[in-house]
Amino acid sequence: MAHAEGQQHPIGIYLKIWGLLFVLSTASYLVDYFHFQGYLRWFLIIVFMLLKAGLIVAVFMHMMWERLALMYAIVVPTLLLMVLLGIGALEADYTFFTRGVFFVKGLL
Amino acid sequence: MTQHMTQAVPANAGQPLPLAEGVQGIVADWSSDQRAFKNVPWGKAMMWIFLLSDTFIFSSFLISYMTVRMSTTVPWPNPSEVFALTLFGKHIPLILIAIMTFVLISSSGTMAMAVKFGYEKNRKMSFILLLITAALGATFVGMQAFEWSKLIAEGVRPWGNPMGAAQFGSAFFMITGFHGTHVSIGVIFLIIVAVKVIRGDLDHQRPGFLTGRKGNYEIVEIMGLYWHFVDLVWVFIFALFYLW
Repeated sequence: MAHAEGQQHPIGIYLKIWGLLFVLSTASYLVDYFHFQGYLRWFLIIVFMLLKAGLIVAVFMHMMWERLALMYAIVVPTLLLMVLLGIGALEADYTFFTRGVFFVKGLL
Repeated sequence: MTQHMTQAVPANAGQPLPLAEGVQGIVADWSSDQRAFKNVPWGKAMMWIFLLSDTFIFSSFLISYMTVRMSTTVPWPNPSEVFALTLFGKHIPLILIAIMTFVLISSSGTMAMAVKFGYEKNRKMSFILLLITAALGATFVGMQAFEWSKLIAEGVRPWGNPMGAAQFGSAFFMITGFHGTHVSIGVIFLIIVAVKVIRGDLDHQRPGFLTGRKGNYEIVEIMGLYWHFVDLVWVFIFALFYLW
């Protein structure tokens, strides 16, 4: 039974993904090298980051060949982190605002 | 109907029933007896669950870093400049981090192939690739040690730095320190797994030193999961800490 459980895939797919990860890393480095700023910078950084993360999890970690029960058990809980991200952003905005108010008052 | 029932043993007797796919498969797997994760050795399922918990740890670090960076009124030091190096008389921004990224991605590639050759029982290739992976991991840690020394020499501390917001140092040392620890532990375990592979422990099902469990090539894949995760975390650190 254990023999059927191993993940075996042709070597070509690993080499291709490896190459793609190199290209994506170079691309994200170039975002900094060419001094892209503002929303364009954010958009490019996040897109390259998510593409790289997706390729690593799907192919290198064999997630795309696993059964949905495992895939959902691992991937869905991580989405909860979006809530923490939202709370963090709200809190940071508020702290920044209060600091602004009080630091300006201190100057007057 | 009755005709079928009276028939002798069907041709696929003794074969396990095919597992359901899609949403039905999820429900069937989770409501089934004995185990929810079919076709996955339990060690691998446990590694996935550990990695999920580790994801939450690193996410907490990165989100708290985001919170302090967004709320500080002091300008944040520019990572592009802080991590620049002068190589061959040329000033290149962020070059050290870019090289570290390529080193770690390469180690992920060699790790993936080590798993493949392991399942093919190609001990020599698997051993060599595991050692290359460990060497690249050690290189990464070495470069990180260089980066830490450079920043410490420039006066960066967890409680302040000459370049700007004080939180820069605490976030930097906390996040990269935790990641570097993961890489170092990974290098140690890569060497242990490599030795097991070349000695033939996994072919002969030799019991492990600590656990006493029978050796099996699944441990190479489980090791790989951990190693790819370390690379995965670096992808997020690279984007959110160094490129922001």
